[in-house]
Amino acid sequence: MRSVLTALGIIIGVGAVIAMVGIGNGAKAQVETQIASLGQNVILIFSGSTTSSGIRTGWGGAGTLKIEDAEAIRREVSGVLGVSEEVVSTTQVAAGNQNWFTRVYGESADYFDIRQWPLADGAPFTPQDVRSANKVCVIGRTTATQVYGNEDPVGQILRIKEVPFTILGVLTPKGLSTQGVDQDDIVIMPYTSAMKRVIGGTNLRNISVQIGDGQQVEAAQQQIISLLRQRHNIRPGRDDDFTVRNQQEIAEAATETSRVMTVLLGAIAGVSLVVGGIGIMNIMLVSVTERTREIGVRMAVGAHGSDILTQFLIEAVTLSSVGGIIGIVCGIGASRILSIYAHWPTLISISSIAIAFLFSAAVGVFFGFYPARKAAALDPIEALRYE
Amino acid sequence: MRESGSKSKDEGKSKKTEHELHHDMNNGALVKLVDVHKTYRTGEMEVHAVRGVSFEIRRAEFVALMGASGSGKSTLMNILGCLDRPTSGRYVLDGSDVSGLDRDRLADIRNRKIGFVFQNFNLLPRTSARENVELPLVYSAQFLSTAQLREKADRVLASVGLAGREDHHPSQLSGGQQQRVAIARALINDPEIVLADEPTGNLDSRTSIEIMGIFQQLNERGITIVMVTHEQDIAAYAQRNVIMRDGVVLSDRVVTQRLNAAREIENVTTSTSDDGA
Repeated sequence: MRSVLTALGIIIGVGAVIAMVGIGNGAKAQVETQIASLGQNVILIFSGSTTSSGIRTGWGGAGTLKIEDAEAIRREVSGVLGVSEEVVSTTQVAAGNQNWFTRVYGESADYFDIRQWPLADGAPFTPQDVRSANKVCVIGRTTATQVYGNEDPVGQILRIKEVPFTILGVLTPKGLSTQGVDQDDIVIMPYTSAMKRVIGGTNLRNISVQIGDGQQVEAAQQQIISLLRQRHNIRPGRDDDFTVRNQQEIAEAATETSRVMTVLLGAIAGVSLVVGGIGIMNIMLVSVTERTREIGVRMAVGAHGSDILTQFLIEAVTLSSVGGIIGIVCGIGASRILSIYAHWPTLISISSIAIAFLFSAAVGVFFGFYPARKAAALDPIEALRYE
Repeated sequence: MRESGSKSKDEGKSKKTEHELHHDMNNGALVKLVDVHKTYRTGEMEVHAVRGVSFEIRRAEFVALMGASGSGKSTLMNILGCLDRPTSGRYVLDGSDVSGLDRDRLADIRNRKIGFVFQNFNLLPRTSARENVELPLVYSAQFLSTAQLREKADRVLASVGLAGREDHHPSQLSGGQQQRVAIARALINDPEIVLADEPTGNLDSRTSIEIMGIFQQLNERGITIVMVTHEQDIAAYAQRNVIMRDGVVLSDRVVTQRLNAAREIENVTTSTSDDGA
């Protein structure tokens, strides 16, 4: 019973750490998948300047990006594989007597490669469609089901803001985003068609650029910045009126929170293990005192000091290791419960389990050493006389 | 040659000396103390617990070491048991001088050559009798399999009359039985000498006689026993009494009216059955 209470410090510490690391890893992994789904080697340019810590300010606010900017980038920046001009709106779409309120994205034909978003059915629109601002589009799975039910939407007419568009294809499902948005509730059309017939305006919300070689992304970013500054007549010393971020930076910003949390976790883990260790040292000291006569007897029948040291050290390590194992099991359990009931994603890695176990064993060795040494240093005659 | 601070005269003393010499040549003394002193400090004071003790013990002797508290008998026992080192003088055990050995070497000697029996038994609680008996084997250099350990322990337990109780814990055993377990533990490594410190101190008179009976049986089988006691009755079961006072040996003589445990037990039984009211 006493051992259980002692080990409780370690159990709680290790358990909490495992659970939180699991949640942290799960969140991080999910965000990373989300960001990876943005595509490989992608640079995002959007209107409005932002501070380096946030990427959410200035979404489509100032409206300084023009179509000509995108074309200039296509022409002049080296290593460009694809460019997509983006405009966004939400609007009513209808077919027959079914209608649905959905998001409409205007993009270039490169979008599907940039975003690595293939079609499940049909085909995407072409650069020709973009040039001619044709009334064509592809839709997401949710939109398809809402408007067409089980029917095949490919080839059908979809009235977008009362303008008839032909559906060329259906996108593969992507599910919910980290912000809880249904990514399949979408209609994608050539940006030219969107600007002409559905949304209006002359400014782009953002421009996505895909670079062929990962090594060249940084250089391309610099090129884009200087190109746009030049086009927008921004004098040296003045801020950009746009923001250029590569995928790496976006990912890093998103995981910045998780990094802070990891450091915090490390601190909590450290403190709780120290507390647990002190508990173990305390209980071992009590144990040594209570068993003074026993130690005397062991020495009398031939135990060396080192034998006694080893014996008590093993007891301490066993206590802390078992506490560690129970903590790991509790932590995994807590993680699982959270992921099932709170729908938080969790990811327990073998390495975090191994590290937690090793640390709890090490705590036993470190904090058990002093009591064990005290035991070994006892004088057998004194010990045998102890009341 | 037997040196002693003996003040009393022994009748067959000169004969013994010759016999002694003969024995010395052939067997050698098991224990030889040569002018042993032990001084230790308590705080500011220096205590001369043992002030020049010299005697020998031969194999298969059964010696009772007596004296009031403060006589130095306990300190001398500690030295005999290699739990402590003499401040000066020599202690030769089984032919080798152990006076200057370090802690670990002394531990080895205790493990191989000495068996201890204590007044308060000193068994490990929550541990079976068998495991208690096996304890010295845990620390000995020889490697025995679990089965061999078990078999040896059971055999020794049987030899002290505890066959069938190998799995009992001390809390399930009477005082006399616990002391038997302690004796078995003392014997497990086939020691040269068994040292008993007030072995009957915590036992009633009948059980005390039973334990003395075991000691006498062991002694008849050739085991050397040194027993510290303050009770004359108990000392009478030994062959030889060494009495200490103020750190020196006061007298060292053969027991003339030796008691026999088997007979004494009978007396106790008859007398209790005689006592009507």
